[in-house]
Amino acid sequence: MIRAMLARIRQGHRTTGYPRVPAVLPERFRGYPRLDPSRCPGGCHACGDACAYGAITHEAGTLRLDMGKCIFCPECVDACPHEALAFGNDAQLSSNTREGLVVLSGEERQKTRAMGDELISLFGRSIKFREVSAGGCNGCEADTNVLSTIGWDLGRFGVQFVASPRHADGLWITGPVTANMKEAVRIAYEAVPSPKIVVACGACAIGGGPYAGSPEASDGIGGLLPVDLYIPGCPPHPVTILDGLLRLLGKIR
Amino acid sequence: MKPDFLILGNGAAAPARDIPVYEIDRFLQGIIDAVDDGWRISSWFGVPTPGGATLYCVLSFKQDGQIGIMAAEAGLSFTSIAGLCPQASLFEREIAEQCGIVPEGHPWFKPVRFHRSFVRGRDAWGRPEADPILPGIMDFYRVEGESVHEVAVGPIHAGIIEPGHFRFQCHGEQVFHLEISLGYQHRGIEQALMGGPHPKSPYMIEAAAGDTTVGHSQAWCMALEALSGCRVPARAEALRGIALELERLANHTGDLGAIAGDIGYLPTSSFCGRIRGDFLNMTAMICGSRFGRGLVRHGGTGFDLGAREVDEMLARLAEARRDLTNAVDLLWNTPSVMGRLENTGALAPDLARELGLVGPPARACGLALDVRRDHPFGIYRVAQIPLVAGHHGDVCARSMIRWLECEKSLDFIGEQLLQLPGGPFRNPGGELAPGHVTVAMTEGWRGEICHVALTDASGRLARYKIVDPSFHNWQGLSIALRGQQISDFPLCNKSFNLSYCGFDL
Repeated sequence: MIRAMLARIRQGHRTTGYPRVPAVLPERFRGYPRLDPSRCPGGCHACGDACAYGAITHEAGTLRLDMGKCIFCPECVDACPHEALAFGNDAQLSSNTREGLVVLSGEERQKTRAMGDELISLFGRSIKFREVSAGGCNGCEADTNVLSTIGWDLGRFGVQFVASPRHADGLWITGPVTANMKEAVRIAYEAVPSPKIVVACGACAIGGGPYAGSPEASDGIGGLLPVDLYIPGCPPHPVTILDGLLRLLGKIR
Repeated sequence: MKPDFLILGNGAAAPARDIPVYEIDRFLQGIIDAVDDGWRISSWFGVPTPGGATLYCVLSFKQDGQIGIMAAEAGLSFTSIAGLCPQASLFEREIAEQCGIVPEGHPWFKPVRFHRSFVRGRDAWGRPEADPILPGIMDFYRVEGESVHEVAVGPIHAGIIEPGHFRFQCHGEQVFHLEISLGYQHRGIEQALMGGPHPKSPYMIEAAAGDTTVGHSQAWCMALEALSGCRVPARAEALRGIALELERLANHTGDLGAIAGDIGYLPTSSFCGRIRGDFLNMTAMICGSRFGRGLVRHGGTGFDLGAREVDEMLARLAEARRDLTNAVDLLWNTPSVMGRLENTGALAPDLARELGLVGPPARACGLALDVRRDHPFGIYRVAQIPLVAGHHGDVCARSMIRWLECEKSLDFIGEQLLQLPGGPFRNPGGELAPGHVTVAMTEGWRGEICHVALTDASGRLARYKIVDPSFHNWQGLSIALRGQQISDFPLCNKSFNLSYCGFDL
């Protein structure tokens, strides 16, 4: 017992101060893209050509990057000889809508809005999710799990992941929804009492991620379920996940 | 008598026509004899042909670091050797599912991932083409009798984990048998790699098992580099080794925390949950991604480390070592924890050998297997990591192995950071040689990862076979649970911590 107490003193208090204190991210972290088409010479499509997932288009002085298709690999940045595009260090990436994930040069950035007043009054102080891992690589699951560790302490925001959809206020989907998980996702969704919300966490759940186009998967849950929050990233950084969730719950505005 | 194999070193390529092709019975007998002589089946797969399939078996022999490969033409069926050679069992089921041919007399003939075969209209179970293939639809092993009951869980589990279906045959609390049915994570990676490499291929490999990004992408790159004759700079080899050991540290730390959590011992569980993040963040320091995405690239690495980053990583490593030692030592010094770990989920060494186990579960049974030592690749050719093995094969041994491996990895990373070779970190990759074969094995944190690539006449991938360590080990978990209490399952499961997606692919 005395050893455990001494260890407790040694290890100290390490819960992140986010959102009160800005999060410290690795310098090379690939967050919200910065697009500067004024640097692009006409006819250059090097960035779009380098993208295996068709996330980038360059047309007539406009650069467009779809964070829902992007897996945040550095290939486009490496391919661009003009430094017209870069990934910034900003981890705020989520959106309420699929279109909101499209970053268009020259257009103002839309941040995630809080869900409606009725839902806020129901779930704003206490929300429980049933997570359904529907294919994918376990990366999104791992970084969602991290939020419940002492480093993030998700419980302090009234958010909890529960064991049954019957106990839940919403579904938390990761993975591209494989053919073999489609039925389980549907059953889990029906088992959540209404009103309910759905979060698509990670590139797979949004659009299939690295497996986009696979005949064995569904390219995400768009079209299968109504989505309230899209969290891009492959996998999303825990800060990205937490930020999106807190914005949806109206705890960051 | 054992036939001659085409012998390859780890990560070497040879013309595919050099692979000896045997008549099917001699081929099967060859596998049995080789396994009797101490070889392991690292990979066994089929390439469908109009009349059946060409089977390729990759066997490895740790004593002299040899990897042997041979082939045979099989018709629409072949004689199962699973009864004589248990480690062949799952490979035979996989061949049946992928190629639509039948291993006659297989004792547990069931689908593996529940998908259609690579050949349209050919199905080993005779399922009609028009009907959907539903996961988990198969004959589960059943125990009949008074007071015997069945517990079925999944595919959606209680925690935030991947999907799988488990059926326990129990007598009260005691488990007679556990059957694990997977396939829910199947994304068709091997099918998607055919005809490649495609632009998406490296990302699919990185996400074959997200927590083993470095392990799998290193094997993929070794295969491409062998086929294209690309030399990897020394600096990149060191960086890859650092990344691979960071991956091991993060996952082992997470597992030690999770094992403590399943016992209800919260101090270590809480501390390790955070320290795991410290290691993930060190990987992110190198490449921007906590899981090592974009780090290992054909020809080297996608990122380099500057002098300032090296210093910072050394400082972070020292801090993490102090925190981790402090957190994990609590386990060994707490009698109630040790009482729960010891003699739980023990697996006998001969069973582990017969089942072909790899990685920490194998080493916990005293099987001294480690690709880094037995078939050294990359940086491990010049810098060895001492192999750690245990004795009792129980949860305690599997936990202890993880901790001891953490210590070795910490030492290794520290040494490599202090003596990073100079020069470039990436050489240009080239076209793949046509008509060649290569075998690339790495030691991921779960154990042996084996990738086999065969190119066609135009240098495209005719077949790319991935074997994740979990493919060898799931059966081990099943057997370890026999005679245990059903309440021991979470602890046993956690001490194996196998990959669903790495298995399902």
